[in-house]
Amino acid sequence: MNTIFDHKLAKGVGGLLPALDVPEQGIEKLIPSSLRRTHAPRIPNLSEPELVRHYTHLSKVNYGIDDGFYPLGSCTMKYNPKINEDLVRLPGFANAHPLADEDLIQGSLKLLYEASRYLCGIAGLVEVTLQPAAGAHGELCGMFLVKRYFEERGEEKRKRILLPDSAHGTNPSSATIAGFSVTEIPSGKDGMINLATLEEALDDTVAAIMLTVPNTLGIFEERILEVTAMVHAAGGLCYFDGANLNAFLGRARPGDMGADIFHFNLHKTLSAPHGGGGPGSGPVAVAQSLVDFLPVPRIVKDKNRYRLDWNSPHSIGCIHSFYGNFGVILKAYAYLLLLGDTGLREVSENAVLNANYLQESLKQTYPLPYERLCKHEFVLSGKGLGEGISALDIAKRLIDYGFHPPTIYFPLIVPEALMIEPTECEGKETLDRFIEAMERIAAEAKENPRLLHEAPQYAPVRRLDQTRAARQPILTYPFNER
Amino acid sequence: MTHPTQFRYTKEHEWVDLEGNHAKVGITEHAQDKLGDIVFVELPAVGTAVKKGENLATVESVKAVGDIYAPMSGAVVEVNTQLESSPETINQDPYGAGWLVILEVSDPSEADSLLDASGYEQYLNEG
Amino acid sequence: MRYIANTGADRRAMLAAIGLSSLEELFDDIPQEVKDRFQPLELPVQSEMEVARILKELASLNSCQQSSISFLGGGVYDHYIPSVVSHITSRSEFYTAYTPYQPELSQGTLTTMFEFQTLICELTGMEVANASIYDGASALAEGVLMAKRIVGKGRVAAAQSLFPHYRRVLDTYCWAAGIKVIEIPYTKAGTCDLTALPQDLSSLVIQTPNAFGVIEELKGVKERLADALLIVVTNPISLGILAPPGQFGADIVIGEGQPLGITASFGGPFLGLFATRERYLRQMPGRLTAQTVDAEGKIGYTMAIQTREQHIRRERATSNICTNSQLCALAATVYLASLGADGLHELATLNLEKAHYLAQRITALPGYRLAFEAPFFNEFAVRVPIDPQAIRARLKEERILLDDPRFLSALGAPNTLRFAVTEKRTKDELDRLVELLEVI
Repeated sequence: MNTIFDHKLAKGVGGLLPALDVPEQGIEKLIPSSLRRTHAPRIPNLSEPELVRHYTHLSKVNYGIDDGFYPLGSCTMKYNPKINEDLVRLPGFANAHPLADEDLIQGSLKLLYEASRYLCGIAGLVEVTLQPAAGAHGELCGMFLVKRYFEERGEEKRKRILLPDSAHGTNPSSATIAGFSVTEIPSGKDGMINLATLEEALDDTVAAIMLTVPNTLGIFEERILEVTAMVHAAGGLCYFDGANLNAFLGRARPGDMGADIFHFNLHKTLSAPHGGGGPGSGPVAVAQSLVDFLPVPRIVKDKNRYRLDWNSPHSIGCIHSFYGNFGVILKAYAYLLLLGDTGLREVSENAVLNANYLQESLKQTYPLPYERLCKHEFVLSGKGLGEGISALDIAKRLIDYGFHPPTIYFPLIVPEALMIEPTECEGKETLDRFIEAMERIAAEAKENPRLLHEAPQYAPVRRLDQTRAARQPILTYPFNER
Repeated sequence: MTHPTQFRYTKEHEWVDLEGNHAKVGITEHAQDKLGDIVFVELPAVGTAVKKGENLATVESVKAVGDIYAPMSGAVVEVNTQLESSPETINQDPYGAGWLVILEVSDPSEADSLLDASGYEQYLNEG
Repeated sequence: MRYIANTGADRRAMLAAIGLSSLEELFDDIPQEVKDRFQPLELPVQSEMEVARILKELASLNSCQQSSISFLGGGVYDHYIPSVVSHITSRSEFYTAYTPYQPELSQGTLTTMFEFQTLICELTGMEVANASIYDGASALAEGVLMAKRIVGKGRVAAAQSLFPHYRRVLDTYCWAAGIKVIEIPYTKAGTCDLTALPQDLSSLVIQTPNAFGVIEELKGVKERLADALLIVVTNPISLGILAPPGQFGADIVIGEGQPLGITASFGGPFLGLFATRERYLRQMPGRLTAQTVDAEGKIGYTMAIQTREQHIRRERATSNICTNSQLCALAATVYLASLGADGLHELATLNLEKAHYLAQRITALPGYRLAFEAPFFNEFAVRVPIDPQAIRARLKEERILLDDPRFLSALGAPNTLRFAVTEKRTKDELDRLVELLEVI
């Protein structure tokens, strides 16, 4: 792959900015030499056609949802409505400065306020902060809220967070950064939490449980009400990771399941694009008991005006420069307006239908560790498909069939895991093509495993050497060598 | 794979080569195979004191991190600095050139409670 | 629903294949009690046309801003964004893609990440940069946590002249991590007062240009710290002219990348810049891309050293970060590539010259003087002879926008107004501002 640095460092082409229109004084006069740069940064000067060709070519060796099926489990790769892209670029929104006077940005404040109301409604909780810039950031915010909650009650001894062994890695790492220790609870054979194990783990040093509902196996915690009741009885809080909200949008609410804190992933469930790895948005909704600790400023409505309220003495403070990722929240807000209550129900209905259809069709060919109704995603194992065949091989061979692979090696409790989430957007035709590809790959695994080991053969690059990348990492362009 | 018979083994897949009160520690063939290509090794500083079962070193591959626990209590007297530039040595020769750390042990009899070569072999077959 | 491909027939066929008779049965595993408690949002389905109208109306409530002349700053600046940037970031192969966990399908994203990392190192003079954090403030917080991991001491010294939003986020993260924040005051010249540095620090945080626009003298600072790390927070545009912090031995360099081709967007999404030294590589949070080769020896890119990250290390990860701000990083990469080194220098010069022109014209007015003597880049603070709120209100009537002086007041600089001047401010606009000040 070429980078811009492979182009020759010519002289600047200009053309973007006008000439200086005030009398020139000279950099030497305005900035002392000790503060001035002596060497220019090695940024190439490209002409615009070269620049555009370079990035256009790069886009063509990239695969997005608009290219095809993208069944990454726990990522909810649903279609990103194009209207959202237009709306976020409206100058009134795009140019709004976060420090402008409130009377100049009533449109942005109103949008955030209304989005907050709807998110609370979806969560079944009473207040929300829009500050977290990603799901993991929301988890961190949630952990900070838990910490402050117990600090205010004089229960700092509550230093433990419980989480199931199927939890996403961000859960324990968020808990640790907030100063908690984590206790992992092994899942039962049915993939759900074992109440007896939970009972044993609960005591007055537990601050909270972190749950993903449905869990990362795609299984809905059927005893969820008992689980949350037990944690509450022990004096702890219940944090729900909302990564899998697509499974019950429009028909159930975390607040009704006993959640005290719930984070959203607007870039998953509410259709904001993933951007190649971000930006996201991870708002956090809370029950009444935690409202006082929410970050400031809060967005409040005063008659018909909207304003920023900084007066919250028990707040944890701020976790974002300003008010959250407005540009991402806008897209989620528009999506909610488009879908309405009916649309939200259709999302979960089709998402769960698609997942169960795939599960039913693929369980003949691939080991299915948990044989039961799944929600919006399910986990297969790639074990035993052939001598020396791994989930990685299966994934790479799927690329040759024109599909983005599912999530692999997660959750950790399933060996050679393949986590598949079709989302509601895909039609039966696409699903059938995917099933066919998976069946062919299973056959190849036995008859011609070399095809899997050497996959992908038809991608822009062949399989990349990860070991070499990690051993002596080259993390910036090697100017000296080229 | 045959495991060197003069070594002792732990259930966490470490081996110990005890000579007098010096214990050389490394990871087994099974461990290096599970980890995959090793890309980085974090070794303790010489002089560090460890108790049996405490974290001694960390071995990283592309996709996983292996925590190495002290099989016996003691103080670190030597580390295999060659692994800094060639971590792959552990994959190539886990029982020889791929050794990690030498401990001066406080209680050599701790080795008695470790598995012997056939005991480790059996343990592997069970799992 | 428009975004769903299944037809009724598809749904019936799939239900049959699964062996269920109704779609409701798909949700039998959710406790009935929970389903009974559900309440809808009372939101109707709306068409794209209607929703577009609603959002446009909301945008128009912000309209006062569009025809205004902005001198707003404080870390977020009104720079010209080349048209190329949004055309590239609008390519759906880039924006609808996920994190590049399957590198063979993501060479576009990965190559631009590699370019971005390189560009940030070039700007900051540092050895390695990650693929971005959420924003400058969270990047700073992560930097301070990283320094604590490396040095081990539970105290950080932070310049009083940090932007307030950086300091607020830092205070929150430090409270959670049990790190004590010690504030370092500034001198009369407006620079950080390093004469009496506290002991036992894991890091010292200095911002340059700082909240007053003043450029800090970094020479010799690193040498005065015992084993504490020097964390420098900076403005990437200023690095087109100013000496990079890496030159002075900074250990971690942080920045807000919004000025690099990203719209103000009411405060987000933004771009946290994070660069450090190779020796701290394994303690660095966030995503990293490395160059490698494929099975045929062709150069390609892949995420590297993921063993630092949460999906492998879990509770022992360097951070819990999962997303970066990739699309914003792409915007910044295209922005810098469309300027080139020469263009960046030209841009920074325009900012510098225009800001100094305005400063000179304002301070020529009776009663107006620079609040601080130290050199500045494109933002500066002015002591004013009458109530700064009154001045600001009058200018607002003429659609000229300035930052609220209470931000500077809270930092110990009352009766002061701050001006940020970018390449977008024409001589006519600058002269107009001065004319108005003359008669207030």
